[in-house]
Amino acid sequence: MRTLTDISQDSSQARRTPDAEDHRAAGSARAHESAIKHVTGRATYIDDMAAPADALHIALGLSPVAHGRLTRLDLEKVKAAPGVVDVVTIIDVPGHTDIGPVFPGDPIFVDDEISYVGQCLFAVAAESHKAARLAVKEAIVEIDERPASLDPVAAAERGEFVRPTHVQESGDWQQVLEGAPHVLEREQFVGGQEHFYLEGQACLVTPTEDEGVVVYTSNQHPSETQKLVAEVLNIPFHAVTVEMRRMGGGFGGKETQASPWACIAAIIARRTGRATRIRLPRAEDMRVTGKRHPFHNRYRLGYDDQGILLGGDITVIGDCGYSPDLSEAIVDRAMFHADNAYSLGQVRVTGHRAKTHTASNTAFRGFGGPQGMMIIEAAMDDIARQVGEDPLTVRKRNLYRAGRDVTHYGQKVEQLELLHDIVTQLETKSDYWARRKKITEFNAKSSVIKKGLSLTPVKFGISFTAKHLNQAGALLHVYTDGSVMINHGGTEMGQGLHTKVCQVVARELGLDLEQVRITATRTDKVPNTSPTAASSGADLNGQAARDAATQLRERLFDFAAEHFFKDQGGLDREGMRLENGELVAGEGESAHRIPWGELVQAAYMSRISLSAKGFYSTPLIHYDREKAKGRPFYYYAHGAAVSEVSVDTLSGEYQVTRVDILHDVGDSLNPAIDIGQVEGGFIQGMGWLTSEELKWNEAGRLVSDGPATYKIPTFGDLPPVFNVELMQGHPNSQASIYRSKAVGEPPFMLGMSVWSALRDALSSLTDYRECPRLDTPATPERVLMAAEALRQRQVTTAVVEETSDDLA
Amino acid sequence: MIDFYLNGKRRQCADVSPDTSILELLRTQLGQTGTKEGCASGDCGACTVAIGEPDVSGELRYHNANACITPAYQLQGCHLVTVEGLSRGDALHPAQAAMVECHGSQCGFCTPGIVMSLFTLHEEQRRCPAPLTQERLEAALGGNLCRCTGYRPIRDAALSMDQYPDTHPVWADDPELAANIVTLRQNTATTSEFASQGHFTAPRDLAALRELKRQRPQARLVAGATDLWLETTQQLRILDDLIDVRQVAELNTIEETPEGWWIGSAVTYSRLEPLLEVHYPTFAHLMHRFASSQIRNRGTLGGNVANASPIGDTPPVLLALDARLILDGPDGERELPLAEFFLDYKKTALKDNEFIRAIFLPRPSCDQNLKVWKLSKRREDDISAVLAAFAWRQEDGVMRDVRLAFGGMAAIPRRALGAEQALEGQPPCVKAFEAAKRSLRDEFQPMTDVRGAAEYRQMAASNMLERLHLMLVAASNQNTDAEVMLDAYAH
Repeated sequence: MRTLTDISQDSSQARRTPDAEDHRAAGSARAHESAIKHVTGRATYIDDMAAPADALHIALGLSPVAHGRLTRLDLEKVKAAPGVVDVVTIIDVPGHTDIGPVFPGDPIFVDDEISYVGQCLFAVAAESHKAARLAVKEAIVEIDERPASLDPVAAAERGEFVRPTHVQESGDWQQVLEGAPHVLEREQFVGGQEHFYLEGQACLVTPTEDEGVVVYTSNQHPSETQKLVAEVLNIPFHAVTVEMRRMGGGFGGKETQASPWACIAAIIARRTGRATRIRLPRAEDMRVTGKRHPFHNRYRLGYDDQGILLGGDITVIGDCGYSPDLSEAIVDRAMFHADNAYSLGQVRVTGHRAKTHTASNTAFRGFGGPQGMMIIEAAMDDIARQVGEDPLTVRKRNLYRAGRDVTHYGQKVEQLELLHDIVTQLETKSDYWARRKKITEFNAKSSVIKKGLSLTPVKFGISFTAKHLNQAGALLHVYTDGSVMINHGGTEMGQGLHTKVCQVVARELGLDLEQVRITATRTDKVPNTSPTAASSGADLNGQAARDAATQLRERLFDFAAEHFFKDQGGLDREGMRLENGELVAGEGESAHRIPWGELVQAAYMSRISLSAKGFYSTPLIHYDREKAKGRPFYYYAHGAAVSEVSVDTLSGEYQVTRVDILHDVGDSLNPAIDIGQVEGGFIQGMGWLTSEELKWNEAGRLVSDGPATYKIPTFGDLPPVFNVELMQGHPNSQASIYRSKAVGEPPFMLGMSVWSALRDALSSLTDYRECPRLDTPATPERVLMAAEALRQRQVTTAVVEETSDDLA
Repeated sequence: MIDFYLNGKRRQCADVSPDTSILELLRTQLGQTGTKEGCASGDCGACTVAIGEPDVSGELRYHNANACITPAYQLQGCHLVTVEGLSRGDALHPAQAAMVECHGSQCGFCTPGIVMSLFTLHEEQRRCPAPLTQERLEAALGGNLCRCTGYRPIRDAALSMDQYPDTHPVWADDPELAANIVTLRQNTATTSEFASQGHFTAPRDLAALRELKRQRPQARLVAGATDLWLETTQQLRILDDLIDVRQVAELNTIEETPEGWWIGSAVTYSRLEPLLEVHYPTFAHLMHRFASSQIRNRGTLGGNVANASPIGDTPPVLLALDARLILDGPDGERELPLAEFFLDYKKTALKDNEFIRAIFLPRPSCDQNLKVWKLSKRREDDISAVLAAFAWRQEDGVMRDVRLAFGGMAAIPRRALGAEQALEGQPPCVKAFEAAKRSLRDEFQPMTDVRGAAEYRQMAASNMLERLHLMLVAASNQNTDAEVMLDAYAH
């Protein structure tokens, strides 16, 4: 530029923040960067974006059957339907036809074999959304239908897997089981979960002037979409730019499963030379995309008279659907979390990846971890009933502790004190024991309504278990008015990542948060990024942004030391700092202060680069899959929840009446955002285990395919008493970004306390001698059936006892 | 043409097909994308808008509605307020300011809908302040799903809205707005033909409706559209021959007689609620579990009855109360007990050219009891697995005029006549209730579907009778401590 903009003294004054709390830009409870845009409707999502007037709308032709061979696909009438411009099938794909994200197995369109209801057969592009959808109905589809495999246990027995079985072993678990004073043997079914992001899958693709495309997508993994679109079009990666400003919710459902639509839209955009857009209607979205994996878990666990685990044998079967997708890592994570916060002793953990004819199940907040933890939380309750102790007592006895601090995959659990502190502090804060007494008294008198209480902890491993994904990049620009632009590889799905990253940059540069802006994530700004997943967004990208800011800051310090106050021998480089919108050199009265804007303009005029790129890779982590040993996690995040429920044993209906949570985020980057993640995660976890029921019919068609039949928690499900606190005084023991901890996934598993409390309430029907099997989701139906089973057994037992009395 | 006001500005939209929704109109024709589509089935609330209509004094009253399933033609002569219309320049409306400061948005996609539901709640509070109880908040916000926050900050925003400066939207300054809308409504033709690509006819009186039904017996009737519109959004049916009954004066009255009330079939649930709260509080309570405010503001009692779904929630209650119907049409009117209306799955006694004119709700006798128990996966805004409505009188220690009606147990909403007989004239004793439960098992063979297994339905229905028994026993022992229901479900 030829001239610099005027930076008035006033405006730079005004930007200084006098407020002491706001002084530290990172660590304060700043609002979400888009909050005002959200509430005014100005926040733009994919389908809100203006597209060229001639943009085409795409609808998908989906398989109506779960398994079979496509014998005829006659699309003549589709092509002739009003408004139709293009129709594509597998033969129209110029490049790769398999868009499996990690392993092959996901054809972009069906070629021959059909593997689930909702699999994509063809796509129609028309002048309007409605025209495209109506045209789809004109297709003539003939399928040689075959029996669908829908039971993961049966599939596992037949050896039908999408990936090989993995086993983790520690010690001589067989001998332990043989010698254990008590052995618990159980099985459980843990249901899946629909993501139900409020914004369905959507993308908009515009062709570029060369061979490429620009893809706007609601997407947790822009780099992977870039790769897949390029491969499908058979063009270099640099011809594809993916842009992602914000998602209307992701939760894992847009990690791999946002790509297919982008690929299809890209093919048609290139063929027609017109912009193309896809948005999946809710019912289609729910049918075609994968969900949280349902799991079938079996376990045999040996324990002593105190209820302390000695070891055992655990098998998990993840229902992966028809293809691998991310199931390798998801079942691994279930295995890594079969211990939750407890030392398992000497144990074998086996993980199967069963193949069934449903949509390919995928990432969902917790990534298998929750399904794994359900095993040991069920066992804690069961063991407590067997040894006649309160479940909390048994849980506390089994927590990782000194001498029992190594997991079954060989990682040492650090911060043991933190884990114990959380549990004991929450025990006190929630008044657990006094309430336990009251509840027991209440239940003794109440025949229909039964109350339950439970405390469950969470220990969740933080890092991608695929080591190479633990890297991040950032790009920082300072403009000559002093405003700052930061971009990084992470994506914003509501979790407040962009807010946190801006806070990091503002803190490093001593600026007010308003001076730092973030824009859409783009593959041409920061390349080769990892998905925003595994709770790692702020950990990785925050560090990368900090690295960029630090580089820029040091560069400016070097420059300032030389440039300013030359007549006084320059500035003291040592101790130089950026604070409150100024560069400060020296201490006290003699300190020199240079306003940020002036510093930046001087640097520009002296031809100093005002741009920096940052990078970060997580240290220490490794996992040897052959030996099933290592340190896959940089650290663990912890938390605990106490839930109280009232159960109507005549209908199975229940209410969660009070919840207390204490959750560990290290030193919080933003307490308001972290609390939001904890509360939202808890409620979502509770929904998973209670009202959210996925149902398929016998033909493999998802029948719970909309909010009328699939019930996520609503306003009235918020517990009337909901005390949520962040654990104080325990910074991360590892050098994470400002000693904070990841918070996206761990709180999800706090929802287990609700399920455990339901079992506690039901257990009162047997005077706490037994804990019922309660598969999930624990809908009123399952709760009633469990209550009924216990009552029947009580009757039978009573009859048997009476009979034996008679005999005696 | 649709002639209405959007955020204070007059809009006239031509070339709109009859089955266009407000959401489609906003997003595709008017370029207003602040209102989101989450489900296109009226279940998630992301598309919530506020619709203002003049009350008797000519003042605009706003209610929230799901834009995705509300016909665009029903905007004729209304003031539509969307999320874009609330702030005043940079000054946020209290509903918006509270959401920002309480950290009530995360991904932000449900937020416009939540803001609009908060806006209508705020309007209600401005007009007639009342404590924001949990029940009121649930009634106001139960139709807005949020997948991110877990609702706590949204609850905080609702509770703190009134502490923010009462920034009015710009359009609220326009003193002419309400008057203009009244004029616009007066000038709308008596029987207006709106649609260019088919019919969307909105007659104003009964005679016109009869005549239309004579001319176009095949035309679909639309009132709240809360079920009908799913045929277009979900099944892509073309709805191009519609008669809107919302404007028919005779269908919008509640007529009180000594014996009870004749409720016009186009009376919305929301309008019915005050009456039910006084005379049938149990029925009023059901309304809140039955549907979100967005649905209650548009849906009608006549619609729920005519729809004849086996899992519709009001028919069992109406059956238990011995409700009657007036069917009307070009060939005249006839009266029919509701029990004779439901013939088979989704089949009714209604002839092609007939419509339900009114539903008669008998006045409760002073010794009448009514219990309505709904069983669903989620307490709010869910469709019943089983719904039971029990009515009886207690006379000299025995039960009289026993009515036990069920939804979700058969192809139609139906009374359990055998079980009724088992209880009729009996004291609430174990023997009578055991007989009633046995009879119930013979009378119904429920099906297994997404909402519950047959076995569960059977057991739950039987347990509902058991609960009634326990309640009566507890009442006769004056044992008020014995809890046989959860607080949030009890009524």
